[in-house]
Amino acid sequence: MSAAVQPAAAADTLLAVRDLDVYIGESHILQGVSFGVRRGGITGLLGRNGVGKTTTLRGVLGLIARTGSVLLAGEETTRLATHEIVRRGVAYVPEDRDVFAGLTVEENLRLAERAGAPLRYDLVYELFPELKQRAAQKAGTLSGGQQQMVALARALLNGDNTILLVDEPTKGLAPLVVRHVVDALRRAAEIATILLVEQNLSVAHSLVKDVVVLDQGRVSFTGDVEQLMGDPALARRHLGLAAVGGH
Amino acid sequence: MTPRVRMIGLAVLLLVLIALPFIKLTIPGLFGGSLDAPGTLNLLGLCFVFGALALTYDLVFGYVGLLSFGHALYFATGVYVTALALTRWHWSLPAALALTAVVSLVLPLVLGAVCLRMRDIPFAMVTLAFAQAGSILVMQNPFGLTGGEEGVALGGDTLPSFLVGVANTRNVYWVALVLLLVVYAIAWRAVNSPPGRVWQAIRENERRVGVLGLNPYLYKLGAFVLSAFLASATGVVYLLLQGGANPEVTTSGFTLALLVMVVLGGIGTLWGAVLGGIVYEYLDFRLVALANTPSVQSLPGVLKVPLTQPLFLLGVLFIVLVLFVPGGLGGLLRRRSAG
Amino acid sequence: MTTIALLLITGLGLGALYFLIAAGLSLIWGLMRVLNFAHGAFFTVAAYAGWSAGRLAGGASPDLQWLIAVVVAVVVGGVFATLTEVVLIRPLYARHVGQVLVTVGLALATISLVQGGFGSDPQRLALPAWMTNTTTVLGANIPNTRMLVIVVALIVFALLLFFLQRTRFGLIVRAGVENRAMVQALGIDVQRAFTLVFAIGGMAAGLAGMLAGTYYGSIDPGRGSAMLIFAFIVVIIGGLGSVTGSAVAAVVVGELQQFLNFYGAAGVGDFSVVLLLAIVLLIRPGGFSGAST
Repeated sequence: MSAAVQPAAAADTLLAVRDLDVYIGESHILQGVSFGVRRGGITGLLGRNGVGKTTTLRGVLGLIARTGSVLLAGEETTRLATHEIVRRGVAYVPEDRDVFAGLTVEENLRLAERAGAPLRYDLVYELFPELKQRAAQKAGTLSGGQQQMVALARALLNGDNTILLVDEPTKGLAPLVVRHVVDALRRAAEIATILLVEQNLSVAHSLVKDVVVLDQGRVSFTGDVEQLMGDPALARRHLGLAAVGGH
Repeated sequence: MTPRVRMIGLAVLLLVLIALPFIKLTIPGLFGGSLDAPGTLNLLGLCFVFGALALTYDLVFGYVGLLSFGHALYFATGVYVTALALTRWHWSLPAALALTAVVSLVLPLVLGAVCLRMRDIPFAMVTLAFAQAGSILVMQNPFGLTGGEEGVALGGDTLPSFLVGVANTRNVYWVALVLLLVVYAIAWRAVNSPPGRVWQAIRENERRVGVLGLNPYLYKLGAFVLSAFLASATGVVYLLLQGGANPEVTTSGFTLALLVMVVLGGIGTLWGAVLGGIVYEYLDFRLVALANTPSVQSLPGVLKVPLTQPLFLLGVLFIVLVLFVPGGLGGLLRRRSAG
Repeated sequence: MTTIALLLITGLGLGALYFLIAAGLSLIWGLMRVLNFAHGAFFTVAAYAGWSAGRLAGGASPDLQWLIAVVVAVVVGGVFATLTEVVLIRPLYARHVGQVLVTVGLALATISLVQGGFGSDPQRLALPAWMTNTTTVLGANIPNTRMLVIVVALIVFALLLFFLQRTRFGLIVRAGVENRAMVQALGIDVQRAFTLVFAIGGMAAGLAGMLAGTYYGSIDPGRGSAMLIFAFIVVIIGGLGSVTGSAVAAVVVGELQQFLNFYGAAGVGDFSVVLLLAIVLLIRPGGFSGAST
């Protein structure tokens, strides 16, 4: 275990998760998860399937019952309702995109608009020009890649979003679309901090700087991505066979 | 309370209940007459019937988590099929009971098979709709059978003589007591059997049961049919106690009352449900008596109207319990004895 | 032909009443997953409030009295429903069965209270003369109240569609019916939408209470619960959460009931409606679930 497991309390920590515990039914899904996300850039939240990555994101957002502490820019958020946490500048791009299938693309975006926030429609349409053409189309009829664009666009739309929680954005997408999404994430990282859950390790490797690895509901590694990926034995221990030779 | 003390207490209670028709004791306020009076025995018999009925409802609602709004239909099946066989077709009691038993198995099997294609609230709505169909059928008096709003009165000659007449109320009382004990025993056996444990697993997490290779649908259907069949049995005894069938037992309001009983006593506990049924029926009956006392009648309208409506008081009590005492009366008592 | 015209329009009127009850139920269910048994209580309490207000305004013209009754019913239905959501439903957040149970308790308590206060006998409604007259349509003399109920329900339908399609709150409701958690994750306070759909549902139910009184010429404590059950059926057939679905299903149920009750024996229509529900469920176990449009 690296010394960096200590939750970074430094001034450049935007999100500090401390001793996060989540029970679902009788299963102890998260067992005292602690880590920090530095301001700026992309932090990867990695680990095998079912180790609690999605649960961690949902716990940060208050979408599930949890105990522990989540500091956002120094402010404790665990007592707040989900919408109040979000309004403090947290955007969520969920694993299954969760676009509103019965709403049009334009309505999906309009729903994400927040009063008082500067809206970045220019950026959104520059990154995903397709969304403009398909504004009147029902989101349920879009391809998986297009739905992912809608989900990312919703998160990028509000200018006051400071951190994006992005859950497996490339899952199930064609290679060409994956590249598009990766480019978009890179652009997004210039204006906001991103906490990225990613199973595609080559994608993760190319994007992230800091890494937090979960295993069985606990943090098993935190540190620099090169430190993890540069050492095959270490990578295999924390991420399983998939780490060796990519996907 | 140690288990041993509890066993002795229960045995004493049971003996008292069996011997009750011979006890010439008047408890003022609790009952209208002495303990051995036919009125008291009839009320207690009804309390046992509703205790048993609440228990059958708790089997599906409390143990499997099926929020059925159609349980009245199966109770009414017991009441009406028996009544029709006895009075309209002049069958003997055993023959009538045999017919009732068959109908009480087939009907829930067919309807349950359809309703259980839905889950949760849609399931609740569908069971409600089927029960409503039953209620409409009874109210419309097809071929002059069900008597519509009048209901069906059992004549004196339709039943064996030991079950008829005020003098024999004690016999019907004992029948009701036996019913309660038998239903309790079957329910206890069922929930502590392997299928019973699957029911409770379905209540907690149906998908996980499916993953284990068990078909939740069949287990739910089994619970549904068992519960409905036992409810029909309680309906038969209700018919004996009341001396006839009345369409009120077919209504959705009646099912809602069952729901109140189970929540009152505590969802998912056998004796809690029994307690809820007994307390509900007792209160419903005694609150009417209370409403007619001079002290209540002389109150101003603002107070008199709510106090003279048993359903209002029970509804409010119910809301308070749901909001503040999720475990019901059973939960309260347990906490008291534990603390 | 005359009979068919009469039955068609009467059935449509009945469907209009079902729609007014079902639309709110459907939205409440779609957004909050609450089966609202108190909806019949909103209907009944509002009808009695409207009736009482109409009588208090005894000096006014019959038209004005009726209008006062309707406005009071709508307001009382809305306020009662809002209070129900805030006081009883909200504290039970995340306890769905508990939420259903309190609405059951509320329905039992309020309806028996109305019964205690006003008696169980029907109370006649004084209607303006033009309403009790008939208009000849295709040779049939149709009571004007039927037309009135249909027209009002159409207006409400249009207003609801406008609300859902053209306002931000409507957008939130439609999205919430699909995926409530994601709406919250976009920073939207879904709780306010809950209160709003309850208020709208209560207003529509209150309107239905007074219009049912107009349609039948009287009000009584039991009608709300009786109509509620058919409204539940309408909601399932129409698709939980879909207002348009509710409108279509309400017409189908109303017509079916009317025609079969007339051509079959009394009660056959009611019975067939339940049968229709069973058939729908057998074909599509999930009901005709759709978007909230």
